[in-house]
Amino acid sequence: MAGGAASGGKAQTDTYKEARTLLLLPSWLVLGFFVLIPVFMMLIYSFLTKEFRGGVIWEFSLAAYDQFFFDRGLFGDDAPSIEWTYINIFWRSIWQAGAATIFALLIGFPTAYFIATRPPNSRQMWVFLVTIPYWVNLLIRTVSMKFLLRDQGPLNDFLMGIGIVDSPIHIINTDFAVQLGLFYSYLPFMVLPIYAAVERYNFSLSEAAADLYASKWQTLRRVLLPAVKPGVIAGCILVFVPSLGSFLAPDLLGGAKNFMIGSLIEEQFKGNAGNWPFGAAASMILLSLVLIVLMLSARQQNKGEGV
Amino acid sequence: MAIVEDRNIIAVDVQNAVKRYGSFTALKTISLSIKDNEFFTLLGPSGCGKTTLLRIIGGFEELSEGAISLFGDEIAKLPPNKRPINTVFQNYALFPHMTIEENVMFGVEMRGGSKAEARQRASEMLDLVQLTQFASRKPSQLSGGQQQRVALARALAPEPKVLLLDEPLSALDLKLRQAMRYELKEIQRKAGITFIFVTHDQEEALTMSDRIAVMSSGELQQLGTAREIYESPHNTFVADFIGETNLLEVSVDALSGGSATCHLGGGHELICDEVKGVGVGAKVHLSIRPERLTLSDTPMEGASLSGVVRDNIYIGTDIQTIVDLNEGPQMVIRTSNSDRGNKRIFEPRSPVFVNMEKGAARLLAD
Repeated sequence: MAGGAASGGKAQTDTYKEARTLLLLPSWLVLGFFVLIPVFMMLIYSFLTKEFRGGVIWEFSLAAYDQFFFDRGLFGDDAPSIEWTYINIFWRSIWQAGAATIFALLIGFPTAYFIATRPPNSRQMWVFLVTIPYWVNLLIRTVSMKFLLRDQGPLNDFLMGIGIVDSPIHIINTDFAVQLGLFYSYLPFMVLPIYAAVERYNFSLSEAAADLYASKWQTLRRVLLPAVKPGVIAGCILVFVPSLGSFLAPDLLGGAKNFMIGSLIEEQFKGNAGNWPFGAAASMILLSLVLIVLMLSARQQNKGEGV
Repeated sequence: MAIVEDRNIIAVDVQNAVKRYGSFTALKTISLSIKDNEFFTLLGPSGCGKTTLLRIIGGFEELSEGAISLFGDEIAKLPPNKRPINTVFQNYALFPHMTIEENVMFGVEMRGGSKAEARQRASEMLDLVQLTQFASRKPSQLSGGQQQRVALARALAPEPKVLLLDEPLSALDLKLRQAMRYELKEIQRKAGITFIFVTHDQEEALTMSDRIAVMSSGELQQLGTAREIYESPHNTFVADFIGETNLLEVSVDALSGGSATCHLGGGHELICDEVKGVGVGAKVHLSIRPERLTLSDTPMEGASLSGVVRDNIYIGTDIQTIVDLNEGPQMVIRTSNSDRGNKRIFEPRSPVFVNMEKGAARLLAD
């Protein structure tokens, strides 16, 4: 076609190929030892037979997956029907993590936008301020949140003090408390990638949109959001994925009935009551879910950059 | 889009516009009227306030004081999306995630047009800028010149009453820039609307504009046609900024019958037209365009200044000769290469006389 189109990125001759292999070696070793081997071990464990005092017997078995998906009655000899207990736990986990992600997006996006639109020399300070609470251990933060939210805690004292409510709002041990805990645990993982994307955003695009009769809302939806979408998707993944497997917030803020996948898996490896193959199988199912989410988002990203 | 013949309707009227940023005043009380269907240029060096004025007209900056109206309606308080004015941005600001067609459709849709209408309008505009075959590409797949034309099509598509152009050619290479000048002028004629063009390139301004406003340090220096500004500059800044000139310090010795006799130092004298505000004894500047001077080896009738050739510089279309006037200032004389046969080129160190026709020298009030 006539007219020179911008030249595409051609594969360059790799001058530093050897150095690159060498430099990547430590990463590969760490990844192999601490990620790939443990995951592979879990995969194997999930197909083994359970030992009653924890641990496994090296004998192939599908019992763990069977227990997850099928109910065979108390003695295991009924006709199999779908076991909803664990699927429901998974489903609730997805819902809880999803809600936390949406909260984080609603709070994190304006925060990130605010930081990215400050004068350049003060942005670092704002980013620093966002990260300060995260210097404190997650367990301590979650425990203090429990203290803040409980019926006789400062939040309810304050609300009753200014007369908004007459009796304490019951927050602790609800779904909402878990969502709040997860949201708070992972908020910076939403703010930082979006901040990075908005900072790179060319604000004259917003001016151009306003010039072309777009309202503020239309500018946000049609121009700004598509431009910073990679940052938003990255932020959502970084909040959603750890929320899905988290067990601190659900345990401490959700109480016994707000069980999530993380707690379910944790239980299987704790003390003598555990069931290692079942915990491993649940982990594998969780991992598959996460991989599906990642693959879907990767496909979205590719479409966004499509030609 | 009919060709509007009446050239006296005022499109944009700026009255006593002042813009301050803290203690810095970017615009100092500027008033100007831009006519309908006019190619109007704001010309000046960087930092002169021309882009600020353009952004005020577009609605991206607020006036500190003053008023601005569009075809009689006050618009100073309207946000950009409520003004029937569109802009071609310096860096084009094309939406990278949209195709060329979607970019051009955007303004029409946002203005309330249907998808079909927007598509129709986009195809007309892409036709106008000859980019129809690129409609489904993304901006990053186009060259700078093509992106520039997309920006133009996008800004014209919603049928604005006035089009603002913020140094749109500055990112292009010389050849393309020159070609685009004629294309822009042609598109303005076809669109039949007012173009307000911002540039620091005086050649661009001279070739395209119906009228030019020369600005410097937040003030309007002169407003006029290309010819008026080039041939009758109001002040030293305009004379110096537009084209090349010999700017000489002179003192006025006598005034008589509309003529002023000026003293250049070294006994050289010149007679030029009297200018308001310049009296006897005034120390002022005098501007003489190099192409209006000729060289000879004997004094000629009228003003003829003696000097010695310092150097000849070949610059393609012309030869530039630098002459040191005897005990006086230096002057630059341009001799066109087209009629070289008729004119002598004087070697360095040869004595010469610098001659000028009457009216070539212009006194400047400040």
